[in-house]
Amino acid sequence: MSIMGTRVVRNEDPVFLSRGATYTDDLTDDRLTGALHLTLVRSPLAHARITSVDVEEARSAPGVVAVVTGGDIDLEPPLLFPMAAKGMVRPWLATEKVRFVGEPVVAVLTEQAYQGQDAADLVEIDYDPLPAVVDLRAAASDEVLVFEDVGTNTTNGFGLDEEFDEHLFDDCEVVVTREIVNQRLAACALETRAASAVWGEDGRVTLWCSTQNAQNARDEVAGWLGVDAEQVHVIAPDVGGGFGAKIGADPEFALVCWLAKHTSRPVRWNESRSENMTGMLHGRAQLQTVTIGGNRDGDVLAYRIDVLADAGAYPRLGVVLPMFTRMMAPGVYDIPKVESRARVVATTTTSTGAYRGAGRPEATAAIERAMDLFAAEIGKDPAEVRRRNLVAADKFPFTTKGGAVYDSGEYVRALDQVLEAGGYAELRAEQARRRERGDPVQLGLGVSVFVEITGGGAFSEDAAVEVHPDGTVTVLTGTSPHGQGHATAWAMLASEQLGIPMEKITVKHGDTDLIPRGGGTMGSRSLQTGGVAVYQAAGELVELAKQRAADILEADVDDLVVADGAVQVRGTDSGITLAQLAEREQLKVDSNFDSGAPSFPFGAHLAVVEVDIESGKAVVDRIVTIDDAGPVLNPLLAHGQRHGGIAQGIAQALLEEVVYDADGNPLTATFADYAFPSAAELPSFELIEMETPTHLNSLGVKGIGEAGTIGATPAVQSAVVDAVSHLGVRHIDMPTSPLRVWEAINAAAGSTE
Amino acid sequence: MSTVKIEMTVNGEATSADVEGRLLLAHYLRDVVGLKATNIGCDTTSCGACTVLLDGESVKSCTVLAVQADQQSVTTMEGLSPDPEHLHPVAAAFRAEHGLQCGFCTPGMVMAAVSLLEQNPTPTEREVREGLEGNLCRCTGYHNIVRAVLAASGQSGDKVHEDETEHAPAGGLAGAPGFSAGSDA
Repeated sequence: MSIMGTRVVRNEDPVFLSRGATYTDDLTDDRLTGALHLTLVRSPLAHARITSVDVEEARSAPGVVAVVTGGDIDLEPPLLFPMAAKGMVRPWLATEKVRFVGEPVVAVLTEQAYQGQDAADLVEIDYDPLPAVVDLRAAASDEVLVFEDVGTNTTNGFGLDEEFDEHLFDDCEVVVTREIVNQRLAACALETRAASAVWGEDGRVTLWCSTQNAQNARDEVAGWLGVDAEQVHVIAPDVGGGFGAKIGADPEFALVCWLAKHTSRPVRWNESRSENMTGMLHGRAQLQTVTIGGNRDGDVLAYRIDVLADAGAYPRLGVVLPMFTRMMAPGVYDIPKVESRARVVATTTTSTGAYRGAGRPEATAAIERAMDLFAAEIGKDPAEVRRRNLVAADKFPFTTKGGAVYDSGEYVRALDQVLEAGGYAELRAEQARRRERGDPVQLGLGVSVFVEITGGGAFSEDAAVEVHPDGTVTVLTGTSPHGQGHATAWAMLASEQLGIPMEKITVKHGDTDLIPRGGGTMGSRSLQTGGVAVYQAAGELVELAKQRAADILEADVDDLVVADGAVQVRGTDSGITLAQLAEREQLKVDSNFDSGAPSFPFGAHLAVVEVDIESGKAVVDRIVTIDDAGPVLNPLLAHGQRHGGIAQGIAQALLEEVVYDADGNPLTATFADYAFPSAAELPSFELIEMETPTHLNSLGVKGIGEAGTIGATPAVQSAVVDAVSHLGVRHIDMPTSPLRVWEAINAAAGSTE
Repeated sequence: MSTVKIEMTVNGEATSADVEGRLLLAHYLRDVVGLKATNIGCDTTSCGACTVLLDGESVKSCTVLAVQADQQSVTTMEGLSPDPEHLHPVAAAFRAEHGLQCGFCTPGMVMAAVSLLEQNPTPTEREVREGLEGNLCRCTGYHNIVRAVLAASGQSGDKVHEDETEHAPAGGLAGAPGFSAGSDA
């Protein structure tokens, strides 16, 4: 019986649940014996000139081995992302100016960890404050420059060269325009950033770090250090969550390497949560202006989205994510005319990068809000307006006005299934009853239909499979799991091909000496690239084994079958095990799979919320979901990905926001201040299965990691608005906090009185 | 800096050390005793990744000084299961129900669950959610954590997904270290 598609518990868990996983800060590697502890002194101001730095007292504090300032570092300050505006480089340690709260200014190295904060407290830095740049329109005006030498705060523009078509909405009976904030979020991986480095006598540095992609981290760190990639050995131990914010390396990782060389000692760094909340990449942070137009029958005829995106102080991956927002602008809808553009500006805040969905949730939230606004304007049911405009199932592959080619989809069926499973008609009736009796707790329904891109970054992935003489198997993969369960899933794929039980299969990842090439785990790419590569490599190993066995068994290759870890001559007792073949000659296959294109999973979510109209508090009662990513390899893992994604979507819609005051001070820099949801704020989730395969790989699989977030966010936001729409509310920006909901109700009441 | 000699039983074994008065229990466990399962995820007592049992009560070990635990007994996740092949019933339920992904919150979450079930052996779903409010997880959305705790209590998992729900792990709860269903409830 095939193991594919079955519920298999994880190989990772016995160790994780007994002695615990081994994260970077847990390492007891001999090479790190006697390591120094790095403590960074960070800027408390968003934008300021540094007038003096006095480290003398810190130098003489107990346990201090070195105190390093920017002038001590002989490396070029790096442009952290190649596509960012030239000149927006980040100093290793700030010397002249700081550009966000949390920017490192001084590095303190001590024998013991607690000594680091003692010494850091003795560092005296004087600042001359400059006006902060927090508001995106103010940033775009260039009145205050984050980088004077660059001359503008705009780091990137997409579609800015062409004027919008002034006739785009000429055919429309109804046109609605709305400004929408897709708020800044923190990834909040439970493991903060950590790195440890030691230089060997061979002139190579070994860097252990918490990353979603060891190979990219190696290349970035090598580039920043000005050495060849071969001189850097990156090892990703167990990684405690990433969600996009741990793609590649952070400059602190390279700083740890440089400091290890500078002191000729191993160096360890593990940041605090407060440092993490200002130091690690944030996500989202778009100000969108959407315009939607159509006729009163409900046909959407034109859509426009104008994006102003926040890069933060030192532009990084966040500067290109609006490209995904533009590409996915029309979402699941067949809209005749679509326009988009995006401007990305630097501000005196934490840099932005990927966060679960990375550019696609922003597109989905915008079009889904626009559909609701349009439906409300023409007085039709939002689910019905959606159904009317969905791309029909017979149109795939479908080339969108955003320039994407959707591989496969059945959007109408997905929508209809969640409406039916949720009992949409009955819920609407219950909503009507509550409205009629003036219930203080109103019911809101939110529908989203979405499509996203997975495997959109790197289409290609490596895998190697080797059977050893003792019958065990090693799988090497270029993906880099941090909770997704690849040690289980990839073992299933190899087991399926080889007929060797999973217990004998070990999956290795995240070591650049062992696996020099790899795209890592991000953008929901792993199964459709790396998993398929493992399946392919194991299949090629089967063919290789058959060829070798054919000579040994004096049989025709066509008469051979592989089952239970052995090559058998069909219908006879004659055979040889893969282990025996490996005894004679190494039995290993290196393979690469290139899908050539991304895939486009889709789904539909129905959120049911209750809103207390006296307090404004919204609670999610139910969320009914389809996340169709093609055939499911292991429902246990796929459901886990969906659950986590849905929770993060609900969190954005209801709770979370990184907040800065006008002076650029972060107001949400701890878990006490940032509204990370607990179990008490979330319901159990209702999952419906739907599997529409793609033609892009042999397994027909698409990515599942981010779908839940992309679908849940607009569904929940719309549900909150829907709960109070009869009071005249059309839109509430996220997070739909009690205060915002209460204010929206009161503003609507004020405008109608 | 002056030090204080403390003695602590950790997972049944006597430990002692001269420690600074400011040393956190979490760091004592990790860096002095060398038990790395207990993680530190925040610095505001918000996330619960560092949850351990102190004389049977769940505490956040990042907010307890090592000296406060002098002459007391601490149980960490390492103390629940003798080895990876023989998981404590609560840990086994986390595996069976996929109540963990990256694993970082897991040691604290498992200890909080053990404590919760000791106080309330057959909690409702709502009671599990409220009971684990002090432990944050970013990966699972809590759905399967809740199911794991319900399964560990011998109840079926969440009602919405009854078709998928697996039974509580074999072996029973009583007698496992750090776990005594029904006592003081």
